[in-house]
Amino acid sequence: MREDTPITPQIIEEHGLTEEEYRHIEEVLGRTPNITELGIFSVMWSEHCSYKSSRIYLKQFPTTGQRVLQGPGENAGIIDIGDGIAVAFKMESHNHPSFIEPYQGAATGVGGILRDIFTMGARPIANMNSLRFGAPAHPRTRYLVKGVVAGIGGYGNTMGIPTVGGEVAFDPCYNGNILVNAFTLGVMDAKRIYLGKASGVGNPVIYVGSKTGRDGIHGATMASDVFGEGGEERRPTVQVGDPFTEKLLLEACLELMATDAIVGIQDMGAAGFTCSTFEMADRAGSGMTVDLEKVPTREEGMTPYEIMLSESQERMLLVAKQGREDEVRRIFEKWDLDVAVVGRVTDDGRVRIMSKGRCVVDIPVAPIVHEAPVYERPWAEPSWQREVQKLDLASVPIPGDFNEAFLKLISTPNVAKKSWVWEQYDHMVMTNTVVTPGADAAVLRLKDSKKGIAISTDCNSRYCYLDPYAGAALAVAEAARNLSCVGAEPMAITDCLNFGNPEKPEIMWQFRQAVAGISEACRKFDTPVTGGNVSFYNETKGEAIYPTPTIGMVGLLEDVNQHCTPWWKEEGDVIILLGNGEPDLGGSEYLASIQGRVAGRPPQVDFEHEKAVQNAVRTCIRRGLVRSAHDISDGGIAVALAECSLTRPSGVIGASVTLSDDLRPDVLLFGECGARIIVSTTPANAQAVIAIARELGAPAKEIGKVGGRMLAINNFVSIAVAELHQRWTEALPKMMGET
Amino acid sequence: MKFGIVVFPGSNCDHDCLHVVTDVLGHEGFFLWHKERGLRGADCLILPGGFSYGDYLRSGAMAACSPIMDSVKAFAAKGGLVIGICNGFQILQEARLLPGVLMRNQTLKFICRDVFVRVERNDTPFTSAIRQNEVLRIPIAHMDGNFFTDKKQLDRLNEDRRILFRYCDEDGRIDEDSNPNGSMEAVAGVLNEKGNVCGLMPHPERCSESLLRNRDGIKIFESIVTWAQKR
Repeated sequence: MREDTPITPQIIEEHGLTEEEYRHIEEVLGRTPNITELGIFSVMWSEHCSYKSSRIYLKQFPTTGQRVLQGPGENAGIIDIGDGIAVAFKMESHNHPSFIEPYQGAATGVGGILRDIFTMGARPIANMNSLRFGAPAHPRTRYLVKGVVAGIGGYGNTMGIPTVGGEVAFDPCYNGNILVNAFTLGVMDAKRIYLGKASGVGNPVIYVGSKTGRDGIHGATMASDVFGEGGEERRPTVQVGDPFTEKLLLEACLELMATDAIVGIQDMGAAGFTCSTFEMADRAGSGMTVDLEKVPTREEGMTPYEIMLSESQERMLLVAKQGREDEVRRIFEKWDLDVAVVGRVTDDGRVRIMSKGRCVVDIPVAPIVHEAPVYERPWAEPSWQREVQKLDLASVPIPGDFNEAFLKLISTPNVAKKSWVWEQYDHMVMTNTVVTPGADAAVLRLKDSKKGIAISTDCNSRYCYLDPYAGAALAVAEAARNLSCVGAEPMAITDCLNFGNPEKPEIMWQFRQAVAGISEACRKFDTPVTGGNVSFYNETKGEAIYPTPTIGMVGLLEDVNQHCTPWWKEEGDVIILLGNGEPDLGGSEYLASIQGRVAGRPPQVDFEHEKAVQNAVRTCIRRGLVRSAHDISDGGIAVALAECSLTRPSGVIGASVTLSDDLRPDVLLFGECGARIIVSTTPANAQAVIAIARELGAPAKEIGKVGGRMLAINNFVSIAVAELHQRWTEALPKMMGET
Repeated sequence: MKFGIVVFPGSNCDHDCLHVVTDVLGHEGFFLWHKERGLRGADCLILPGGFSYGDYLRSGAMAACSPIMDSVKAFAAKGGLVIGICNGFQILQEARLLPGVLMRNQTLKFICRDVFVRVERNDTPFTSAIRQNEVLRIPIAHMDGNFFTDKKQLDRLNEDRRILFRYCDEDGRIDEDSNPNGSMEAVAGVLNEKGNVCGLMPHPERCSESLLRNRDGIKIFESIVTWAQKR
């Protein structure tokens, strides 16, 4: 883009700005913007950066709490876990780039979220993710799965940050728009939080990390648009990751943060240099003058427009105390990284960008940050919503052979073992992973403390499609249940809200409903929202994805030794069912994958029941009374029981279970609902577990015994666990064409 | 005993190794930056796992040219104990301190999971506290662990009994199914000629504490300590 490019209506449209938005820009500036300034406004006011369609709704989230040290609005949220320790965490989407170029898209998604965490002064200790792909048989699915998984591994493994868990699911609604939501958690000294603030007039503005290149220009704008035909042509706007440089950047930043030379620091992520300069100046109420000649660039002749809009990775902008420049330089040079003083903090509330001695950008900070357009877009319940919620059980045939249906269900990619995915992630480096992938939640120890951290990412988007309010609330409830099953107290959440085009009233309705559902659930579970992101425009050729509000929840174990795992421990142990929710086929995995129908009402959350059941399992784990705990979710109780057998690392072991059979057998076996957990315990402790659960208001009853080589449920199911294990294990490699 | 842990740009198991030798074993441990030349009186050098220089040229190739490697070579030549884990193994090969190369895994994928290895001999500094033929459960996490060398070299390694660990099944049997990466003769770890330099792909530092459900790895560190204390 040449510097003297005239501002025409076509140029304005190409920058994704409406006429009205453009008029507002002229008002703010009191003149016509030049092309660089137009570019800056276009990214700052893009959906991705300004949250213009979602902002009014996000205000509903509970964002405060005793533990919250930093809520939404910074690079990441921070919560206090006691003993002077805090954890910073956040989840972010990288959907559009990952669909266009799966390896680099996913890799840079991980790179970006890692920077968000160490920018705050935390050392990242765990990555998680939530992935959604199209139908297993769709021609692009294998290619995308392979690329995304390798990209996530490629970045996290090189950095030496373990990827400790997550979720992977397949549904045709993601055929044209996959989801890659990446989560990172870091640990820090609760008293040393770094924020993105450019304060102190005269303080140096310092650029560190990789050089700036022409990659990723307009990535934020791309993420704020739908895909038409030929999305692949946008490949040049996907950045290329360099995890090695980021590893050096991480170590250098943490080394520098151990001194007191830094005033503020911010990652250059979406809209790179633009966002970091304006946001840092805004947070401090200051201004900044920057000389682009000083910015390390990868190639000659880059225009101000290109430098300001580049999304080259592995870069940070920091403001240091005046006089400490050499200290900063020494540390970054030790790590062989570029470091350059590019400007100074001013106090006039403007960002001025100089190039070749001329001022090429002069924009007041407050209006561009705070006067970004805010839309209350029209919303309306989709005309088909009530229709899809109808499910007449009589129209669902009862399978003749439950063993066969069960084997089919256990080998669907959504239910099958996911080790094909997580064995490509280094999930053990840093030697903190106490509970590894494949359990209800990951558990990490903290080496300097007795405490442990548990993390879970969850969302059932089929539920959200059928009822966005209930589905979103259930995602929070399930995340809390997963944490409870490993023995952790839920503390707070981050979220990635993945939706279609917000300019369509039915998408906006889904969004409103989901935000309301999350808000209510987070209030009930006392798990404030500390940050996250919104990803709209997940549509291709007019087809939107299911609403997918992914929840990343973090929990605390006061004593990490008191954690629990999902698998059976010993022959003869007693199996107890906590919770008495009534399962239903509405929105279930069984109905979708075996019967080929997406219909019905998903389970509604009974908060009191859910909290009682979760409290009961945590209490029993803390007192050392249960030997295993596993939540019942996709695939119902049959799949949950199988998982207790199949996840056992030292060899599978069977179980014999009798359920009261006042329901249709398919509903009994495969129906889903919230607030149900399977625990196992020694015969000696069984009565104590039941008594404690009931005392805490959670229904509990003995349903069977661990042991043998078969999994038997009433007289409906009787299958050798070895066979279940084989089908469950080989499904994903088969889907990927490897066996 | 003093463990010097060499830190290259991109090393990422350096802290894990330090934790095991100091917090778990109670010995002295310190980091040696790759641009240094002094070894600060270390009795044993650990070249930890990670992605030195991002593995960008070839795993271990650039780190093998770091200034500290001259000191590592001199230390090894004098009989000092050196152990390279994963990327450290790759670096020691690139520095010609250990034989063979580690090619891309046969599956062409990164693999992180527990495997079993058989300890082929226990008269070495790295296995002195382990039974002969004992099977250890120990995790691997690598992209390039597929050991390869020419026939002549391999014959020599076998004759000299310099293959220290082989991938095997739970009962110590060597077969294709239990070889995770396609390594020739299931090689998981080797020794240099003098027997004082060892390289292995599995990560003993990741399975050295009961909280992590596996203490098989500590036996390798304990072996080093036992051996050193006998001298």
